[in-house]
Amino acid sequence: MSEAESELVQSITTPLRLEYQYTAGVASTRFLRGMADGKILGQRCPQCEKVYVPPRGSCARCGVATDLEVQVPGTGTITTFCVVRIPSDSLDIDPPFVAAHILLDGADIPFFALIQECHFDEVRMGMRVEAVWVDAEDLGPTFESIRYFRPIDEPDAPFESYKEHL
Amino acid sequence: MRDVAIVSTAQMTNVRREQRRNEVEMLMPVVQEAVKRSGIPKGDIGFTCSGSCDYLAGQPFAFVSALDAIGAWPPISESHVEMDGAWALYEAWVKIQTGQADSALVYSFGKSSMGDVPDVLNLQLDPYYLSPLGIDSISLAALQARAFLEKTQYTERDLAKVAVRSRKSAKDNPNAQLAGDFDLEKLLAEPYLVSPLRVHDCAPISDGAVAVVLAADDTARNACERPAWITGIDHRIEPHQPGVRDLSESPSTALAGAKAGVASGGIEVAELYAPFTHQELILRDALGLDASTSINPSGGALAANAIMVAGLTRIAEVANRIQWGSIGRGLAHATSGPCLQQNLVCVLEAK
Amino acid sequence: MASGDGGLLSASHIVEYPYRRSTGPVMGRFFAALRDRRFEGVKTARGRVLVPPTEYDPQTGEAADEMVPVGPGGVVTTWAWVSHPRAKHPLNHPFAWALIQLDGADTAMLHAVDTGVESAMQTGMRVTPRWRAQTVGSINDVACFEPEGTS
Repeated sequence: MSEAESELVQSITTPLRLEYQYTAGVASTRFLRGMADGKILGQRCPQCEKVYVPPRGSCARCGVATDLEVQVPGTGTITTFCVVRIPSDSLDIDPPFVAAHILLDGADIPFFALIQECHFDEVRMGMRVEAVWVDAEDLGPTFESIRYFRPIDEPDAPFESYKEHL
Repeated sequence: MRDVAIVSTAQMTNVRREQRRNEVEMLMPVVQEAVKRSGIPKGDIGFTCSGSCDYLAGQPFAFVSALDAIGAWPPISESHVEMDGAWALYEAWVKIQTGQADSALVYSFGKSSMGDVPDVLNLQLDPYYLSPLGIDSISLAALQARAFLEKTQYTERDLAKVAVRSRKSAKDNPNAQLAGDFDLEKLLAEPYLVSPLRVHDCAPISDGAVAVVLAADDTARNACERPAWITGIDHRIEPHQPGVRDLSESPSTALAGAKAGVASGGIEVAELYAPFTHQELILRDALGLDASTSINPSGGALAANAIMVAGLTRIAEVANRIQWGSIGRGLAHATSGPCLQQNLVCVLEAK
Repeated sequence: MASGDGGLLSASHIVEYPYRRSTGPVMGRFFAALRDRRFEGVKTARGRVLVPPTEYDPQTGEAADEMVPVGPGGVVTTWAWVSHPRAKHPLNHPFAWALIQLDGADTAMLHAVDTGVESAMQTGMRVTPRWRAQTVGSINDVACFEPEGTS
């Protein structure tokens, strides 16, 4: 670096902070209210009949409103997963842990969640799992009403049953 | 050059704050209505282009999730501009001119109410010399307004007249947010917001969405009785730093207008995107418009100003009047950046 | 999440980015001068002095890198009075935004002017910078401008 360059101000910091107020929207509000009741609510597309969980109010394929509400159970199948080996600032959990896509029974869009109560080496595609909810008094209009999913004692789902949902 | 026209439009009724619906829920019925009115099957539309601003939503790539409102399956040919939807329309027009598509869906959405618009618009400024000062959009416009008032014969009364006329015209626009009869003297007695601008000189904060369908040649002729043909469209930009420009005039608007063919006359209606009253006067003069042209019969941005939406809405308003048969030739203008830095002019005709 | 109107849900969302930006040789010199409580502009090939300086002539696009001293006083070319400052504004009492053409410059820079009252503001008035006690190499090293002869 030359003497002239060393006299330069090389960089400036311009921190930015913006505050927003989000509205959840009609579909997400229904879903989150369901969470507070310990229920998983999705929506069915009137055209292709696919069930969205969580719902966004529209079918991303057909571009139409999904106003038919359906409740799905807390059981489902792991379609794909990864083993996370780096710590996360936003999760109170030590690595390694498993994050998975879960196709809830009756839904057509996988649901993202953590897998617990089993060793990460045992997690596999097709594994059957169920939701573990927080205690009834802690339920609220948030995804965090479901703590995580855990394996259930059922045979694995055949690949054909979820291959379209990977 | 191919003949390209607007064959249908749809708008959401602008509101101060859309509490109920998220952006996808806001946008979907507007897009569906525009596509339905065009009569072109959705699967036949060759190109989709949108305009929006991620900072407005506070989410990077917010426009991607808005595609849920469109139904992007089987995979569609799509693009996005981080600008007002008027520039998305320009891109779609170019795409059609190249022959890569015969029709296009253009939309934009803006939920301005979620954040603080004057602060959000600070982020479009140069991040070294301007943005760190914390200046907001209204203050910048006020600097321009004083430069304009001191350099011309116009007065604050002339600015207030623009506000009164705009909000009176907006009474006939079902999509307007701020409409009514206002008393000129009462407005002038109000205190300044940022002097020399008063509240009535500034556009309201609005949530809104707009969609239009473009088509070329026979696709357009078959789609509707009176297509609004785009006979000229051009956009021009000036240097960014306000201190290197003469803020009292808009040479970029004048040049874009000349390129779009405004000088050949016969402009019955001009929809100008002027979110501040003085900007309408600057634009009028830059485009050489006189009393024979009806300015902002929709009420303009002073009646509804969803950010990223209001420019494309100007184009839709002129196209509507051509389709209704109420005019034969009109002009739409859109702006972007601080103090009218960038300007687009689109001339539409019935032919 | 808090309940909004009509039982719909809403929540606050805060975005923060700690951006750090490179300055380059022209802006780097300008900010270094500010740190020393001086102003420098850049002279273009056409002989115009740009303040604040850019690496190019905004009219021709030609490169510019000859730095020249300007200011510290200057003239207000246009202004706007803020009666109710916003949280991000540089002063927390009523003030003016102004474009200020520093002595020796051909373009104007944006900054705040502190006159206390609006009636003291006028296009064409002369102003001089009020520097911060601590300067770091930023446009905000100038706290604001003030009428010439006030301090």
